[in-house]
Amino acid sequence: MTLHLSIMLWLPALAGLVALLVPRAISGWVAFVGSLGALAYSVALLVDYDAATGSLQYVTDETWIEQLGIHYKLGVDGLNLALLALATLMFSACILWAALEGDHRRERPRQFFAWMALAHSAVLGALLAQDLLLFVLFFDLMLVPFFFLTGIWGPGPDRVRAVTKLFIYTLVGSLLMLAAAIATGVLSSVQGDQTTFVLSELEKVALPEGSQRWIFLCFAAAFLVKMPAFPVHGWMPDGYRTMPLPVLAVFSAVLSKVAAYGFLRVVTPLFPDASADFQTLMLLIALASILYGSAMAFTTTETRLILGYSSVAQLGFITLGIFSLDGDGAQGAILQSVNHGLVTVPAFFIVGLLAARAGGSQDLRDMGGVAFRAPILAALFLIVSLATLAMPGSANFVGEFLILFGVFETKIVIAIVAFTGVLLASVYMLRMFIRAMHNRVGAGVVPTDIRFADGLVLVPLVAVIVALALYPQMPLEKGQNTIPPKVEEAGRLAQPERQAIR
Amino acid sequence: MKGPSIDWAGLSPVLAVMGGAMIVLLTGLLRSRFVRESLVPLLAIATLATFAGLSIWQWDEGKDIVSAALRVDTFAMYLNCLFAVAGIAAVLLSWRALAPRESAHGEYYSLLLFSIGGMAVLVAAQNTVTLFLGFELLSIPLYVLCATEMRRASSLESGLKYLVIGSVGSATLVYGLALLYGATGSTDFSEMAGILAARGDLARDSLLLGGVALVVVGLAFKASVAPFHQWTPDVYEGAPTPITSFMAVATKAAAFGVLLRMMDVALLPVAEDWGVVLAALAVVSIVVGNVGALGQSSLKRLLAWSSVAQAGYLLAGVVVATRLGVQATVFYLAVYMLMTLAAFAVVVARERETDLGDHVDSVNGLGWTRPWLAWPLTIAMLSLAGLPATGGFIGKISLLEATVDGGWTWLGIAIVLGSAASLAYYLRVIAAMWMRPAPAARAVPALAGGSQELDPPEAPREGGATEGAFAAEHDGHADGDGDRRGHWEVTLVAVVAAIATLAAGIYPDPLFDVARDASESFRALL
Repeated sequence: MTLHLSIMLWLPALAGLVALLVPRAISGWVAFVGSLGALAYSVALLVDYDAATGSLQYVTDETWIEQLGIHYKLGVDGLNLALLALATLMFSACILWAALEGDHRRERPRQFFAWMALAHSAVLGALLAQDLLLFVLFFDLMLVPFFFLTGIWGPGPDRVRAVTKLFIYTLVGSLLMLAAAIATGVLSSVQGDQTTFVLSELEKVALPEGSQRWIFLCFAAAFLVKMPAFPVHGWMPDGYRTMPLPVLAVFSAVLSKVAAYGFLRVVTPLFPDASADFQTLMLLIALASILYGSAMAFTTTETRLILGYSSVAQLGFITLGIFSLDGDGAQGAILQSVNHGLVTVPAFFIVGLLAARAGGSQDLRDMGGVAFRAPILAALFLIVSLATLAMPGSANFVGEFLILFGVFETKIVIAIVAFTGVLLASVYMLRMFIRAMHNRVGAGVVPTDIRFADGLVLVPLVAVIVALALYPQMPLEKGQNTIPPKVEEAGRLAQPERQAIR
Repeated sequence: MKGPSIDWAGLSPVLAVMGGAMIVLLTGLLRSRFVRESLVPLLAIATLATFAGLSIWQWDEGKDIVSAALRVDTFAMYLNCLFAVAGIAAVLLSWRALAPRESAHGEYYSLLLFSIGGMAVLVAAQNTVTLFLGFELLSIPLYVLCATEMRRASSLESGLKYLVIGSVGSATLVYGLALLYGATGSTDFSEMAGILAARGDLARDSLLLGGVALVVVGLAFKASVAPFHQWTPDVYEGAPTPITSFMAVATKAAAFGVLLRMMDVALLPVAEDWGVVLAALAVVSIVVGNVGALGQSSLKRLLAWSSVAQAGYLLAGVVVATRLGVQATVFYLAVYMLMTLAAFAVVVARERETDLGDHVDSVNGLGWTRPWLAWPLTIAMLSLAGLPATGGFIGKISLLEATVDGGWTWLGIAIVLGSAASLAYYLRVIAAMWMRPAPAARAVPALAGGSQELDPPEAPREGGATEGAFAAEHDGHADGDGDRRGHWEVTLVAVVAAIATLAAGIYPDPLFDVARDASESFRALL
């Protein structure tokens, strides 16, 4: 079966353009149809992709800018397959949520949906790109819509300042990455030959270790800021407070995963020496993110920030998996990326619903006692919470298990400390669930159950979570021949003796 | 009896623009209002179109003319085309502006054309004498043009300031050229290079180093490279905005054109010596420009500071002294021209439409009231900041590729850090357009005619605009009360420049091909 990835990539953006032109009442639905088309495409890819070889498939390769050696090369393999499905599903859900919120909630809906759709295309571009500069281009581009989405439609008077901060914070990293990407291409090319940025070509050339080191640090800066990881998460609290809910949900669920994906797509295969050199540093950053994120999620009472800090912790786990430089750890990292994306979006929606029932307050102290009057909401929230805290039986459990298994094999001390992160996750998630759903009914709380429209978004998402819990092998099998090789070289360099024993 | 043979074809672009300037000047003497206000600008545009056409005709001739004083090559012709585009944009922006009315139309447009003639001479110059001739021919009309809004003190101040500082720059340059002549005994660029290459010990000659330093300083004044940029914000702010836009793009292109010729031809053998100096100037420019722009509330000053920073990026392409560097510089010059023109066109439009002049507040809420102006400015700002899908992004990539390829990676890092910092002020403008309410002043009766909710009228209300212009001429206020409607030609410049900026970001291959051809004029480079 021939599947043209360009169609998948540009379909949402095209729908976004159409959404600008149609009457405002249906603009959201047009954008939704576009993202649904991309979702259908990614399901078709999931079914059709041949995991036996683990190679790039459905490749599109055109020379884009001849003078600079930039190719328009797209491709799918086991590494981005599951994340594409995640991204399209989450964008569809968030655009649907925004469309169902209705006209009265939002001024100028057409531009809103056009920006959402452009963000969708940019994210897909970053995931599909098989040329380093094309990846950087889409990685930077996906930030632009969020500036407008937050600055124009975000709640709160402080939003412009907050989103400017977010933008500059993340773009410092991204632009450093741009310089590093160009350096990678130029330094890898033989003198006199045309420079190329195609990833499969770059993988063939080993850069000198000195160059690898600074290039690695530039890439790590871009990805860690985007995640965000512990020391560079400064934009996160303000950004999370000021984004419109569907925008925040998709930002948290998808954009951070693109950063994690970038590590496996670009950093570990291209800079194995530097990855091995900086392994301990990255593991410590990951560990710090887990502990700091969990501790903050446990102490803050703002529901959005609980989820925000929980993301910091979860992304810490994902980084841990990647920099275990072990096949199982990397598999776990991708599985956990999918899992976290899947639980984040419904969690944000539920938090939004709870805030609406608590008179608009985001604060946990103003909530409570909704469970008995709103059993469906409570049930959905419980499933999402249990999945987030990696209850055995959930796919998150499998993901975290694989990650810790990978780290355990390489760095046992770090693995032991990281286990506490699993424990802390159950503490902060259950704390949020109990205080929002049980206890006395809060003073201003109106405990009604969810509307049909809310259920239309939430129930399918929760169904996917349950389905993945029952069958977590699916993404693992698709990735088993692609993901471990991405860290193989770096892992060998990090621990030569262990590989020798094997 | 036969005189020396003259290559009229090679001279034709310069002759066309100079001749056109004379015709425009004389036509402007006619009394008819139609002639002065419509025919003169049209003639100026026709002259510039001819100039560009002849330049394209002479595109790849690659020959020396006028006893090797000028060189007709792709590089010069490419820059001529940039000057022509910038000139046409300036004419369109000036069409219904105050400055030509106050200073007489013929003089105004002919000075503009003379300045472009000077640029054409400057970038084709092959020896130091022609270089200085072109330099002065470019500068003197601009001094006058800055002061053409004669009844506004800041315009006069701007002209005077530019005159004084520009003269210092010219004096420095000519002194440097004299020292270079003293050190090498030649005024010809390629002879100079030959002598420098032959006698390696000259590189330590203090006469030569002094000459190089003074030449760099003189040209840095014109290109507004920090720390020789101090005049830039004041002059940009005070000059009539169409002239500001012309200075920002065309003067910068000319200055970088001659800088490339000087450094990458005449002084190429001593590249080791000036490379580090220029790299340091580039970093200083990037820092000073971006920091200076942060606190600005005037759009013209903001763009002035940003042009200082952009000069720093452009300088990186000169520093590396490779063909890739030349290609990146000339590519970026074109992109820089497009995005800057789009931004200035919007500033011109808002100066005419609001009472706020060029204050950042004048674009508040523009996204919802005037999308045809807001989108060009948004694209221009994103492109200046170097975000993807715009020409600025591709331009930055090519500059970075040139710096890394030339072994100046740290300069590339300086460029990206500067771009990141520049977002702080570019985003402020975007935020003002899309995230702030439109100023209440828009509701005053003067505006009652134009209730544009979402879709602005593309076609102007012809009669109203003429009335407004008439009123403005009679009460003589700088802003011309009552002249409050968008002018289609201003919007046209903004939209066309913005579309071209996007096109350069999405399909840059044609522009790159042209830039590569231009870079191949530098035969000595790798």
